[in-house]
Amino acid sequence: MSERVEVRKTFKLYIGGAFPRSESGRSYAVHAAPRSGRSTSSGSNTGAFLANAAMASRKDARDAVVAARKAQPGWAEATAYNRGQVLYRVAEVMQGRSAQLVDEVAAAEGLSAAKAALSVDTAIDRWVWYAGWADKLAQVVGGLNPVAGPFFNISAPEPTGVVAILAPQQSSLLGLVSVIAPVIVSGNTCVVVTSQDRPLPAVTLGEILATSDVPGGVVNLLTGVTAEMAPWLASHRDVNAIDLTGAADASNVSWGELEAAAATNLKRVRRPAGEAEAAVEPDWRLTPDLSRMTDFLETKTVWHPKGR
Amino acid sequence: MPTFDYAPAPESRSVVTIANSYGLFINGEFNDGHGTPFDTINPATEEVLAQVSEASTADVDRAVKAARTAYETVWSRLSGADRGKYLFRIARLLQERAREFAVLETLDNGKPIKESRDVDLPLAAAHFFYHAGWADKLEYAGLGPAPRPVGVVGQIIPWNFPMLMLAWKVAPALACGNTVVLKPAETTPLTALLFAEICQQADLPPGVVNIVTGAGATGQAIVEHPDVDKIAFTGSTEVGKLIARTIAGTRKRATLELGGKAANIVFDDAAMDQAVEGIVRGIFFNQGHVCCAGSRLLVQESVHDDLVHRLQRRLATIRVGDPMDKNTDLGAINSATQLARVTDMVAVGEAEGAHRWSPVCELPSRGFWFAPTIFTGVSQAHRVAQEEIFGPVLSIITFRTPAEAVAKANNTPYGLSAGIWTEKGSKILWMADQLRAGVVWANTFNQFDPTSPFGGFKESGYGREGGRHGLEGYVTTGGAR
Repeated sequence: MSERVEVRKTFKLYIGGAFPRSESGRSYAVHAAPRSGRSTSSGSNTGAFLANAAMASRKDARDAVVAARKAQPGWAEATAYNRGQVLYRVAEVMQGRSAQLVDEVAAAEGLSAAKAALSVDTAIDRWVWYAGWADKLAQVVGGLNPVAGPFFNISAPEPTGVVAILAPQQSSLLGLVSVIAPVIVSGNTCVVVTSQDRPLPAVTLGEILATSDVPGGVVNLLTGVTAEMAPWLASHRDVNAIDLTGAADASNVSWGELEAAAATNLKRVRRPAGEAEAAVEPDWRLTPDLSRMTDFLETKTVWHPKGR
Repeated sequence: MPTFDYAPAPESRSVVTIANSYGLFINGEFNDGHGTPFDTINPATEEVLAQVSEASTADVDRAVKAARTAYETVWSRLSGADRGKYLFRIARLLQERAREFAVLETLDNGKPIKESRDVDLPLAAAHFFYHAGWADKLEYAGLGPAPRPVGVVGQIIPWNFPMLMLAWKVAPALACGNTVVLKPAETTPLTALLFAEICQQADLPPGVVNIVTGAGATGQAIVEHPDVDKIAFTGSTEVGKLIARTIAGTRKRATLELGGKAANIVFDDAAMDQAVEGIVRGIFFNQGHVCCAGSRLLVQESVHDDLVHRLQRRLATIRVGDPMDKNTDLGAINSATQLARVTDMVAVGEAEGAHRWSPVCELPSRGFWFAPTIFTGVSQAHRVAQEEIFGPVLSIITFRTPAEAVAKANNTPYGLSAGIWTEKGSKILWMADQLRAGVVWANTFNQFDPTSPFGGFKESGYGREGGRHGLEGYVTTGGAR
């Protein structure tokens, strides 16, 4: 008796809530990581062939910015309670697909099934952690200011707008979730360049987001070559902020050059972790501080006189 | 009909002593700079007030070294309570010598004495008083676990509020345990140099505050210095972008308070006379040399004619002239360069077809002056509606619906401030949510307070100054990032 021939998935981009191929028609081969090996995006994921991923172009990146911009006001105007529930819903749907994610993370990162499962569980829990922040952050980082005069004066955080994210190169799912969730929980939308060599869990995350009440365009996922897309996003005038976390271990990417390009419209820049010029990927297992949320917030202060 | 003119009421300048020349304040003492000395003048009279040293790159290096040594050997080791006590001393010294500072500020800057006396100096002292109390409470500020100072901070401030901007920069930096190299603007260095004396009177340890004078090249030397950990800058968006580019790829941090083109929005249900006062305060305070000035008046079409009429009547009463006169409302433009900029932009406004109006007012023959000016018939595409003029020039635009007001208000790369005038509370709150600006004044304008965070969205910069938020730029915290 012959084994059943498996139905394999086509891995596509996730833009504006849809799953297009790259407008360029390009794709690239994605391989499994050697067991417990760190990869660089120069292509040291040299294991078995996994799939062809779409290789997004600069035009795809621009389309994604358009989708993110279109979705941003509506997402920001949703109540914090609503956004919190949507993020929690992502965790719920992810839990249901965790077996698939464990397989994909194990292949992408060269992990044992047990370690991959731990990583997936942590990623799910991270959504839950950030979900809870949605309706608390404004109280923690905002508040009444006791000005010396007859005025009501209050400061509250607002989302910066459209955020470009270079997702971490090593941690294909936990790292990815750890950079997306804090950006969108406050009402930003994002354009994410996924791990170059380990893009497949990101595509599956896109499918999860599409079925988790996250409005189309809130998260846009681009698989492909980081060095190709990053400069266009860094200099894009309709992008308000950029997270350079994934510059660590990305080949042919100079985070300093990207930061310089971001000055074109004074984007808020989150530099990669590390000392001096070196960029290193953080340890995603640790519970984060608030900075991944607050780096993409603007403080608005409103004054009004008091009187009779 | 008899007219009742104001008798002259000049403030005495005998309270200040201005030296013929000033050196740089490095490591607690004054010494000569190695650049080319330059004059600072009184913009109201063009009288030379003093000659000031220009700090060369080597001088900036000396200042940074002094700041580093003071940081490592003294200031970062001091308890927060002791740092706070130094700041309280400074606050008190500023209050004690407030009149002297106010007069000097007016002489060097050209702003009316009533503003330097009643706004700049009281607020500067308040900033030190406010931040003094934070010094030993940083772990309660919600900035993250184990807050630590950043290190040596380079601070570059503008000429529009010289002493107040110094306080906005120096007070939080010191409270958080950093040491400072500060460069005042080249046209208004004198109050910063007098502040050096305050540091001496307060027995502030040498090197904690260093003051280097000069123009753009001196500022650049600070920004590029490899041992400066953070830049705090207030000034133009153009220079802000240059700074952001310069420090890209390093671990040097920055907070940038840049330009603005604020919309001051008046609805048909506003209290009109209050709105007129708010408009005047918004654009003619400090000669319009205010980054958050309400330089675009968006007025609901149905009340446009009435409002413009009331505004013109009000502007006819503005007293332009000697900044040292206690009755003066509008003082001198800060420099010949700025006067040329304002003059050029107004010519552009006329050439583009907007209608220019100024009250009849006699301007002094010497010094740099510009009459209060309004433009009606301005469209969104006009340069006077898009570009920061930084002078007493108001562009008036109409709108019909709240949604249109929002669209027009937000149609700018800037996002520093905005104003809303309506008696309807729910409209205020809706508008405040929609406006992409860091400070929104509703039924008021140009209010400032040390507890109230100030700073912009978009190309008006990043970071906040004042309040708990203002501390963020001056600390690093432990914990996973």
